[in-house]
Amino acid sequence: MPINTLQQEKSTLKNVFTDPFESPDFYAIDDLLTEEHKLIRSSIRDFVKKEITPYVEDWCQKAEFPVEMVKKFGKIGAFGPTIPLKYGGGGLDNISYGLIMQEIERGDSGMRSTASVQGSLVMYPIYTFGSEEQKRKYLPKLASGELLGCFGLTEPDFGSNPAGMLSNFKDVGDYYLLNGSKMWISNAPDADIAVVWAKNEQDRIKGLIVERGMEGFTTPETHGKWSLRASGTGELVFDNVKVPKANLLPEKDGLGAPLLCLDSARYGIAWGSIGAAMDCYESARRYALERIQFDKPIASFQLIQKKLAEMLTEITKGQLLNWRLGVMKDEGKATTAQISLAKRNNVEIALNIAREARQIHGGMGIIGDYSIMRHMANLESVITYEGTHDIHLLILGQEITGIQAFS
Amino acid sequence: MKILVCITNVPDTTSRIAFINNDTEFDKSGIQYVIGPYDDFALARAVELKEELGGTVTALNVGEAYGDPVIRKALAIGADDAIRINSFPKDSFFVAKQIAEVVKKGGYDLVLMGRESSDFNGGQVHGMVGEMVGLPVVSPVMKLDIENGKAKIAREIDGGKEFLEVNLPFIAGCQEPIAEWKIPNMRGIMSARTKPLQVLEPVGDETRISLKKFSLPPEKGEVKMIDEDNVEELVQLLKNEAKVI
Repeated sequence: MPINTLQQEKSTLKNVFTDPFESPDFYAIDDLLTEEHKLIRSSIRDFVKKEITPYVEDWCQKAEFPVEMVKKFGKIGAFGPTIPLKYGGGGLDNISYGLIMQEIERGDSGMRSTASVQGSLVMYPIYTFGSEEQKRKYLPKLASGELLGCFGLTEPDFGSNPAGMLSNFKDVGDYYLLNGSKMWISNAPDADIAVVWAKNEQDRIKGLIVERGMEGFTTPETHGKWSLRASGTGELVFDNVKVPKANLLPEKDGLGAPLLCLDSARYGIAWGSIGAAMDCYESARRYALERIQFDKPIASFQLIQKKLAEMLTEITKGQLLNWRLGVMKDEGKATTAQISLAKRNNVEIALNIAREARQIHGGMGIIGDYSIMRHMANLESVITYEGTHDIHLLILGQEITGIQAFS
Repeated sequence: MKILVCITNVPDTTSRIAFINNDTEFDKSGIQYVIGPYDDFALARAVELKEELGGTVTALNVGEAYGDPVIRKALAIGADDAIRINSFPKDSFFVAKQIAEVVKKGGYDLVLMGRESSDFNGGQVHGMVGEMVGLPVVSPVMKLDIENGKAKIAREIDGGKEFLEVNLPFIAGCQEPIAEWKIPNMRGIMSARTKPLQVLEPVGDETRISLKKFSLPPEKGEVKMIDEDNVEELVQLLKNEAKVI
C-alpha cells in the first residue's frame, strides 16, 4: 500500500490537533472547577474543534444553517444539559452548562445561539411551566436533537417592551385560535416546534407549544443578515392557528414566565461571550508573536502589548463573574439583575476584544482565514438580543434606585 | 464479549516538558494528563465492539491517584467499570506484571491496549503480558473485527498491511485507524460518576530498568538559507559546520 494512503487512513480526528487554541486561565480559575467540569469543557472543546471550527467559515460565508448539527448537538448532550436525566437531559449543574456555552461560542455565536434557544428557551419553559405529559412528549426528543425548537416572544413592534405584544389566542371550545406574528426568532426556519407567548382573552400572557404543520402557521426566513450567519433566523406567523388545549403551558402565566427563560439564556450568553473573547484574544496573541514588522514581532511593541494586557484583564474579570454567578445559580440565589450585569458586561468586553483583536490582525483580521471578523459581527447581535445592552443597564438602574426607567 | 482495555495516563502532547532533581525526575507541575493516544484508539474500538456484540469493557490503569480523571473519562466514553493498580508505573516489566495479574484472574476474551505509550514509548508491555499469561500478541493492529468468535485483523508492516485471523483470547497493541477517538457526551460524563472504580495494591515491585537521567532533545539551530545555485557553499557547510558529510 502506498505510504500516503496509509497516512491518510491514519489521520482520523486531525482537526482536533490542527486547532492550536490554548485557554487563558490567568487567575487559576481551573482550581475552582471540579475534574468533571474540566472533562465537560475538554469534551465540548474537542467536539467544537472536530465538528464546528473546520466548517463554520463556510457555513457563514454561504449563510447556511447546518441542519446536521442539531443531531450532533443532541448526541454530545449540548441541549438542556441541566434538565434531569429522566427527561433526556444531562442532569448537570450550571457551571457545566456555562462551560458548554463558552466552548460552543468559542467556535461560533450562531452555533451557541442554536443550543441556547433549544436548552434555555424551549426545554427550560416546557420543563418549568409544562405539564408532566408535555415534558414526556417533548423533552427527550428536544434533548436528542430529534426535534428543533424556537422561542417566540419578540414581535415586529414589541422588542424591549414585550408586555405590549399583540399576539393573542381565543378559547373556541375544542381548541385555542392563535393569531399574531413574531420576529427575530432564532431557529425559526428549521424548527419543529415553537414555544410561543401570547395573550389570552383576559390579557394574560401564556405559553403555547405550536407545532410545524399546524394549519396557518408559517416561518418565513429573515435573509441578508451580516451577523449570526450560520444560525437560522425568521418570523413566526399565526393565521387562525388551531392549537390543541393540551399544548398550553399550564404552570405559570404573566410576563414573568418568559422573563425567567431569558434569565437562563442570558446566563449562558455571559459564559458564551467569554468563549468568543478567548478565541479572539488567543488568535491575536499568536498573530502578534508571528507577524514581523520593523524586523521584530509586533508583540514587541507597547501598543500591541497594551491591547493584549487589557484583553486578558477583561477576560479574567469575566471568567470570575461567570464562575461566581454559576455558583449562585446552583444555590438558587442568582437574581435577574445579577444575570443582567454579567450578560451586559461580558458581551461588551467580548465585542471590544474582537475589535481590538481585529486591529492586531491588520488586514488579515477582515478575512475568513481568521475567526475575528466573524466573532465581531456575531457579537453585534449578541449585544442586542436577550435584552439590549441599554435595557440591561436600566435593569441595574432599577435595582440600584428602585425606580423603573424603561418607560 | 469481555474486554479489558489498558490505558496509560500521559502528559498531553502539547505539554512543555521539564525535569527536576538533577534531571532525574519529570516535573509534573502544571501538566495536563490525557489517555495515551494509542490507548484511546483501543478504548474506542472496545466500546464499538461492545455496542456491536454486547458484553462489558473494563478499563485498567497502572498509576497513582492523580490519574483518576483519565479513568473517569474512559468510563464516560463507555467503559463499564475500571481498575487502578495503585503504584507509579515504574517500567514496562512492572506494568506488564500488574496487567498480567488482572488478565489471569479476569477471564477476558480480548485485551486491548495502545501499541505504545506516548511518554516513554517503550512499546513492550503488550509483548511482555502475552509472555507472562501465555496468550498470543498482535501489534500494531489497525483493524479489528470479531466474526464467529474469531478476530480478523489488519496489522501494519513495513510499507503495507498484513491480514490475520486470530482465535480469542489474545492481546492486541492498537493504533489508528482501528476506530475514531470518542468524545464523551454529557450523559456519559454524568453516568461515569457512579460506575465502579476498584483500586488494588500492586503485586511485587520488581523492575528491569533503572532510570539514570532525562535530557531534552537539543534545541533547533537557526536556519541558514543558501542560494539554490550555490551548491559549493552548501557542501562546505554540511562538511565543516554541521559535520554530517
